[in-house]
Amino acid sequence: MSEPITALGGAVSQNGIAKVAEAAREGMITLRGDVTSAAVKKALKSVTGAAMPGAGQMATSGSYTLCWMSPDEVLVLCPADTVGDTLTALQNAAGTAHVLVVNVTDARASFTVAGPLAREVMAKLCPVDLAPGAFEPGMFRRTRLAQVAAAVWMPEAERFRIVCFRSQARYVFDVLCVAAQEGSAVGAFN
Amino acid sequence: MSARIGTNGRLLNRDRAVTFSFNGREMRGFEGDTLASALLANDQMLVGRSFKYHRPRGIVASGAEEPNGLVNMGEGNRFEPNQRVTTTELFDGLTARSQNHWPSLEFDVGAINTKLARFLPAGFYYKMFIHPRPLWKHVYEPFIRQSAGLGQAPKEADADTYEHFYAFCDVLVVGGGIAGLLAARAAAQSGAKVIVMEQTPHWGGRAPVDGGTVSGSPVDEFVEQIVSELDAMPNVTMRTRTMGAGVYDHGYVLGYEQLRDNAPEKPGPRHRLWRIRAAQIVTATGAIERPLSFAGNDIPGVMLASAVRDYLVNFGVSAGDRTVVVTNNDDAYLTAFALNHAGLQVSAILDARSIDSDSPAMQQARGLGIRVLTGHGISTVKGGKRVSAVEVCRQDGNGSVTEEIACDAVAMSGGWSPVVHLWSHCGGKLTWDSDQAMFRPDVDKAPTGATGAPFVKAAGSANGLMSLAETVSDADAAGKAAARAAGFTPKRTKAPVGESADEAPMQPVWLMPAQADYHHRAKAWLDYQNDVKVSDVQLAAQEGFESVEHTKRYTTLGMATDQGKLSNINGLATLAGALDADIPQVGTTTFRPPYTPISMASVAGEARGDVFQPIRRTPMHQWHEANGAHWEPVGQWRRPYAYLREGETVSAAVNREVLNTRRNLGLLDASTLGKIIVKGPDAAKFMDMMYTNMMSTLKPGKCRYGLMCSENGFLIDDGVVARIDEDTFLCHTTTGGADSIHQHMEEWLQTEWWDWNVWVANVTEQYGQVAVVGPNARKVLETLGGMDVSRDALGFMEWKDGQIGGFACRVYRISFSGELSYEIAVDAGQARAFWDALMTAGEAFGAMPYGTECLHVLRAEKGFIMIGDETDGTVIPQDLGLNWAISKKKEDFLGKRAQERSHMTDPKRWKLVGLETLSGGVLPDGAYATGEGVNANGQRNVIGRVTSTYYSATLERGIAMGLVLDGPDRMGEVIEFPGTQGATFKARIVGPVFYDKEGEKQNV
Repeated sequence: MSEPITALGGAVSQNGIAKVAEAAREGMITLRGDVTSAAVKKALKSVTGAAMPGAGQMATSGSYTLCWMSPDEVLVLCPADTVGDTLTALQNAAGTAHVLVVNVTDARASFTVAGPLAREVMAKLCPVDLAPGAFEPGMFRRTRLAQVAAAVWMPEAERFRIVCFRSQARYVFDVLCVAAQEGSAVGAFN
Repeated sequence: MSARIGTNGRLLNRDRAVTFSFNGREMRGFEGDTLASALLANDQMLVGRSFKYHRPRGIVASGAEEPNGLVNMGEGNRFEPNQRVTTTELFDGLTARSQNHWPSLEFDVGAINTKLARFLPAGFYYKMFIHPRPLWKHVYEPFIRQSAGLGQAPKEADADTYEHFYAFCDVLVVGGGIAGLLAARAAAQSGAKVIVMEQTPHWGGRAPVDGGTVSGSPVDEFVEQIVSELDAMPNVTMRTRTMGAGVYDHGYVLGYEQLRDNAPEKPGPRHRLWRIRAAQIVTATGAIERPLSFAGNDIPGVMLASAVRDYLVNFGVSAGDRTVVVTNNDDAYLTAFALNHAGLQVSAILDARSIDSDSPAMQQARGLGIRVLTGHGISTVKGGKRVSAVEVCRQDGNGSVTEEIACDAVAMSGGWSPVVHLWSHCGGKLTWDSDQAMFRPDVDKAPTGATGAPFVKAAGSANGLMSLAETVSDADAAGKAAARAAGFTPKRTKAPVGESADEAPMQPVWLMPAQADYHHRAKAWLDYQNDVKVSDVQLAAQEGFESVEHTKRYTTLGMATDQGKLSNINGLATLAGALDADIPQVGTTTFRPPYTPISMASVAGEARGDVFQPIRRTPMHQWHEANGAHWEPVGQWRRPYAYLREGETVSAAVNREVLNTRRNLGLLDASTLGKIIVKGPDAAKFMDMMYTNMMSTLKPGKCRYGLMCSENGFLIDDGVVARIDEDTFLCHTTTGGADSIHQHMEEWLQTEWWDWNVWVANVTEQYGQVAVVGPNARKVLETLGGMDVSRDALGFMEWKDGQIGGFACRVYRISFSGELSYEIAVDAGQARAFWDALMTAGEAFGAMPYGTECLHVLRAEKGFIMIGDETDGTVIPQDLGLNWAISKKKEDFLGKRAQERSHMTDPKRWKLVGLETLSGGVLPDGAYATGEGVNANGQRNVIGRVTSTYYSATLERGIAMGLVLDGPDRMGEVIEFPGTQGATFKARIVGPVFYDKEGEKQNV
């Protein structure tokens, strides 16, 4: 067993109008099931402590976060070293409920875009209203980032997290750097 | 001559001189100039040659409607053709060259075409070049391409970058003139989020030039005040140098922002394409002045009256020392007054109108001592490369010259046309206003959105309201109405009051003089850029072209880069006249986005260079790159085709990899293969529907090769299915099929079998997967140590979870090569380390990585089919001899019924066989086998085709597979494949398995 590595080994760029960096490895579990059912909600709550969020939202409790992906899918974020245990606990807590719980930690790559102009960098690539007030911490959005699928949220003001497929990590990092290039501030959200 | 004067020039910074060059000649202008105003300031009247006749052409307009002033801008990797001089801001070091001239702008050989004009009438290409056919390609087209055409194509890749920006607002206002600013303010005061964009660098539009007052303030002061008001509002975004390019369904608007075309030294992207969703759109796009159609109206020095005024007031440039104004309306008098005020001579105002008493404007002109001739017009403009005089005639006559007036500029005005383009893009209808002789938005037929409610409103002169007073109140109302429609409550404020001089009605003039003879009509230009004259449109009508759309295409009227901004209305009025029809009956051509051409690069946005396309990379990608990978694109993945060693050819590398894998040990990065989990109480039932095979009988711990068909019966994917437990399957798909098969499964689950308890998840990228292949495969795994991979512990077509070399893994004992083979999946985060461990441990066993071509050769030697080679969307499993994989016990599976249709069971369907060339050479890929006789088209009958063909290093000969008529019944027969260059290949039909027919090697 060797130490697991991320897709880009922690790439960073701060030459532009926002800092773009690959995020540290974080545990990710996909749960497919009826997330509106009492059984699934209860299972999620008992393992993570977080209540199932509504559409377009995320909910955090301690080191766990639940992200609403669709009416039948939730993404569970947890520390990387607890993925195995969390997976088993979710499976057990679901009992006989019809769910699919699967580890996707390594299927993904994750980035942060940070700085006062982070919103603008993201709005060059994602067809989402990212204006202050329209998109804020606590919201979670599956969308398109340039030419690939991505999920985005704001862990805090002036910081975005982006999750994409691992094979597209280099593309996503590069395209974020292009969007953050020097001299490209838009001034749309001032 | 045109020149800079000491007064006026409100947009200039006379303290900062700017140097630029035109056709290699150094010239000077000021900061704030456009290239057009700077050229005129340097007396450069002649700026280009016309498209067809190579006639000398000068600047006509002052804005986006300019048809003539197109130049090749910049050099090398910043070269761009067809740039309009009127919308190009001057900067230090700008270089421009005129277009469509040879050998020089001043002396152009092609100008002889103008002498041949009577041989180049409307539709002349269609008439002249139709016979004899072969001459078009070899003689006519090369000649026309040489003599026609505008800018040159760039030769180097663009050095700049571009980007998109997604924006959302309640009210989008297109146009930053007085109407746009007022509409924006009225909307923004409701609290609505407003974006207002203006294509020029300046707010206020025409109003500061044309004058008047708003709420008692001079209009230019009012503009400054409202701009600072809007600037201070947090819910308003203001962008200059941003053109509303197009309006699309659902309130989608493209805004084209030119970030540093005026300052190339600045860092950052050159253009930004705004992709906006707006609840409501206000088009405050202004109006465009129309030329008058008189003979010689294209000679440099003949300009729109408003343009003459703009150059004077905005840039301190006089178009000439002595100007003749020719008009059918009062607005053009403003030009005469401005010239007069600046101390320039107005030789005469030729007013085509016959009216009983003088309008206030006429009185004012006469008061200033300007000669006004009513009921008169221009018979012919005299001059070559610039105007020298006009011949005056009565408007209602046939052009008999009453006098000649020497002049060097003509300011013409045929009335105004509202810019209805953006209103029309998404279906807004127009109505003909006969008083003002213009098409204007039909307010009852606005573009409608998803709810059926209108989502575009026109405001100000874009709405056909030409006086300042009407514009101001209309714009305020439009802004409030848009805010209300977007769900806001507008403030109950009174609209500001605009005041300007009263104007007498205009009178439409479509031909000057009204009875002009052919000779004059053939020199009266409608479309400057495409060289279409009044006589051409009349000829088209005479030849039966009644539809305006047909006439447009036949004559090329309005088909140039300016899309007929000046020519449209005059052209269709001319057509209506020739057809003796009303103008509204003839109608307009269709307005399509973009409003003016936008850069292709802005459309591409960030997608260029390294990020042109998302390339998908496996966890081992960097290792491949460092070890000689010759890449092959597979979907968006890059896979090594072969690993080239120093000095090795690609084919030599493939042969080496094939032999080494058969003899020793090959390692393949199989991470790209799709991996889809199917889970649930109904998973087995679902799997039986998805695959042609019986999957429900598969035992946990076992693997089975399966086929998937579309509901039309055609083979779409294949792969190994592993049963994980009673409720769970893992489906391997082809590399290219991972996403589409995942979607295919979801679609059936969501739309047809929504009540089945099955979940699917695509976990392709969670794993790195390595195929360990060859006689030494087991040895290397045993060296790494861990789980038992012996024949007894892990049989062929079984899988197990365990550890190898300390890596947690899942091992599948499957083979796509006919050799002893394991496919091993580990978490992607450890895949590179696992690969490295295999390479190190494998060294003692002759391990070499192998690429996709070796993979293909190995499978072809075994007669295994490849999706995309043996299948092409028209092939069913039965064609490929795969009947063994089609369950006969199952009641149903996707494709079953389709495969029972008569055409699918036709014994004449071509079937898969092996092919061996008699020479031992390699058959060309895709080659067809020919049979006896010819078909209905007189072509030779074909009886089969090659689907896969390779050189087999193992067998030291060419091997191939193909689909052949009655193939399996014709073993041993020799058929012929005509190749290219006269060669014909002879091949013997054999079984598709060339190597280890009994399958001993994979079973050890």
